[in-house]
Amino acid sequence: MHVRLGHDEKTVVSLTMDKGVKQRFHRLGSSPYFYDASARWAIWLAVPAVICIAYAVIAGLVYVPPDYQQGDVFRILYIHVPSAWLSLFGYTAMAVAGVVALVWRLKLAEIFIAAAAPVGASFTFLALVTGAIWGEPTWGTYWVWDARLTSELILLFLYLGVIALHRSIASPRAAGRACALLSIVGVINVPIIHYSVVWWTTLHQGATLGLTGGSNMDADMLWPLLAGALGFTCLFGWLTLWGMRVQLLWRERRSRWVMKRIAHG
Amino acid sequence: MADWASFWAMGGYASYVWSAYGIAAAVITLNVVLPVWYHRGLKRRIRRGAFIDD
Repeated sequence: MHVRLGHDEKTVVSLTMDKGVKQRFHRLGSSPYFYDASARWAIWLAVPAVICIAYAVIAGLVYVPPDYQQGDVFRILYIHVPSAWLSLFGYTAMAVAGVVALVWRLKLAEIFIAAAAPVGASFTFLALVTGAIWGEPTWGTYWVWDARLTSELILLFLYLGVIALHRSIASPRAAGRACALLSIVGVINVPIIHYSVVWWTTLHQGATLGLTGGSNMDADMLWPLLAGALGFTCLFGWLTLWGMRVQLLWRERRSRWVMKRIAHG
Repeated sequence: MADWASFWAMGGYASYVWSAYGIAAAVITLNVVLPVWYHRGLKRRIRRGAFIDD
């Protein structure tokens, strides 16, 4: 026996089937939901960030023995390498968000870029400054136009470019799209920074850590470094998430849900 | 750490090590504090009705 479904009935069937998935997707894209939920998610990034960074700093300053060639100055490594890692990770994440923002027009992806750029810029600055401080006693100079240093400086300018672009365009939608585009174009610099020590053997040393070749580092020195990188990554996630909440509130400051939550809540 | 003096001395590299860690602490602190301040100020302005202009 055949039952012919009318057009409306078919629609009802397909709606009920997709309902769970669609609802979840829509909920995630909804500003009030994200604003409330992200306050709860933040703790899952903040706690591991604090634990990992505390372990990395205490171990790096106290328990790890001095380097046999550099002595105690090598302890700068536990700040320098995690911030350099974060500078690359942050920009790559912005480029991925840029693709999402341009292809799916997801507003939260645009907001992610705007929130991540200042965090990324400050850790790129930290990588450059700690590198300069480390360079003076070991290389005999704070700065040299080495391939790694120069390409990392360009990364700082790219981050600052995204920030400046975001501030200079009044329309949030247009600003979001322009920043997404700059994030995607600028990500070409990330592999250049990564391979700079291989392609141009100027002054900066090659990679100490590797996924394939193994790491040229003792485990006692390595674990705090990995913890530092993980801690900085969680910190980046936490700060960016918090920045996204602030950006969202500013962008929708005239909307009803903001009034409801802030003015009457 | 039995000997604090040698810990702070950092094998003669005290100025390099401590300035690097100090700048790192400043960068992280600013990254945490500035958005919290801005968030508070924004919420205050919203409560005051600063953005109701139509």
